Amino acid sequence: MFPNKSIEMVMEEEEDVSFTQPSSSQVQRGLDRLTPAQVDQKVAEVVQFILIKDQKKLPMKRADIVKHVIKEYKNIYPEIMKRVNMKFEKVFGLKLVEIDAKNHAYILVNKLEQDPQQPDLMSSGHPKTGLLFVILSVIFMKGGVVKESVVWNVLKKLRVDQGEKHEEFGDVKKLVTEEFVRQRYLEYIRIPHTEPQEHEFRWGLRAEKEVSKVKMLEFVGQLHAQDPQVWTKQYKEARAAEGERGQL
Amino acid sequence: MKKNAAGSRFVLSRWRKETSAGMAAAMSDSHRRFLQIIMCHGIMEGSQARAVHQHCCQAYGTQHTRSLDEFVDTINSQLQPLFMQIRKGMSEDEGLQYYALVNVADTDVTKMSSDYAANELELFRKTMDLIVDSENGTASSTDILNCADSLQTSKMKKKETEQVLSRLVQDKWLNEKHGEYTLSTRSIMEMEQYIRNTYQDLVKSCAICHNIAFQSQMCSNQSCGVKIHIPCAARYYKGRADPRCPKCSEFWSHEIPDMQTSSQATALNPRASTKDNAAPAASGSQSRRSR
Repeated sequence: MFPNKSIEMVMEEEEDVSFTQPSSSQVQRGLDRLTPAQVDQKVAEVVQFILIKDQKKLPMKRADIVKHVIKEYKNIYPEIMKRVNMKFEKVFGLKLVEIDAKNHAYILVNKLEQDPQQPDLMSSGHPKTGLLFVILSVIFMKGGVVKESVVWNVLKKLRVDQGEKHEEFGDVKKLVTEEFVRQRYLEYIRIPHTEPQEHEFRWGLRAEKEVSKVKMLEFVGQLHAQDPQVWTKQYKEARAAEGERGQL
Repeated sequence: MKKNAAGSRFVLSRWRKETSAGMAAAMSDSHRRFLQIIMCHGIMEGSQARAVHQHCCQAYGTQHTRSLDEFVDTINSQLQPLFMQIRKGMSEDEGLQYYALVNVADTDVTKMSSDYAANELELFRKTMDLIVDSENGTASSTDILNCADSLQTSKMKKKETEQVLSRLVQDKWLNEKHGEYTLSTRSIMEMEQYIRNTYQDLVKSCAICHNIAFQSQMCSNQSCGVKIHIPCAARYYKGRADPRCPKCSEFWSHEIPDMQTSSQATALNPRASTKDNAAPAASGSQSRRSR
């Protein structure tokens, strides 16, 4: 409710201009000059930095990591990131995934097999994730893109009105069209040539990477007391998406 | 599981134990899943942690033979080089056991800083000041509102302050009861190092369990000043007709609350169970609930 606006704005303005990847010989020379303890310490700092940033579910830019944590260890950046990735996989079962190759932005996704009891999104237990899950399922069942009015109507039936302040979620429209979009769970795209302006919703990149469509279909199936296979098109898409996610 | 003094000493002794004992069990997906879940929650109550442990073992095909403590030890051996640990702590109000994932190297309120603005963090620190200064580890909402009016970063109006406080409670950094705020178990466990560094002698440890004590009873002997957590006092003085200060032997005049001594609670504090004498049931005044 009170986003740390000033810090966010500064982070967004960071540009990756000054950073070029060091060569492997440069990296080796850099490593030779440091003690193992120094390198380990830096790896630990990067891991902590990323975990804290990930709490907000915002993508993190390479420029930020270099500027705020790596600093003078820039010349061994590839080696640090290699070890950071290893730590995330080995200790946390997480993986850093690049979602923006141009700006070098990353998110942390769960690498473990889907927890049979809880689909990934639900694990934080936050009511927001339930709301998001409902929206994602609506978009998915409708073929991957829906007019915003469809989403608002569904939510209204669940007594979550985008026009009113909600007891739990506050400004619902802001949460759905801004926060969830910033976190890359949803995409909120303007439909051109519409007057008044209309938008459509799609799954965001983070949702694509983190949410199992198979699980989602099972969830919807349970809601309607139907076998997921009844929805053939969605079922095929879900199985295909599962294969893709498995290759992460 | 041994309960030691200051958190850093606890961590160090476990490090030594780990390295001298050789390889701990290998990390499996069930360990990783447990870590992900505790990371999401920040802190988990003991029975919840045990349930999650069981679930993770079942979900990822690990045999659920080992104790939770051994399971956590395995994770901790991997977290150690990252300056993180899963620690056990006790809630000051109910004496329940909790598991929390904490940063060992923190010298500030780091974990909170991504979620709160600068003036909100300042308000939290001011609230902590009030709690440290108080006798019973509480800060009234009135006092906190007064602080909000004189923040150095940027002042906060009443409505905004109330909303920030509400968020702090929701995020489990503060507890609130009848308009009085206390530090949550999560805050105490997460920020132990920061608290000790910042307040030093102003912060006392419980004479029974040796952890930082905020919500506590103090010895009525002015020159003694020993503090005991309310749940620790409940266990230590249980059944005693004549409770005495463990340090100066002055009569312990506070109401001793009547609490269930669960096996988990005693495990946290082996001393109490050995000192518990088999005195006949105390008179009515002893078992009356305090407050």
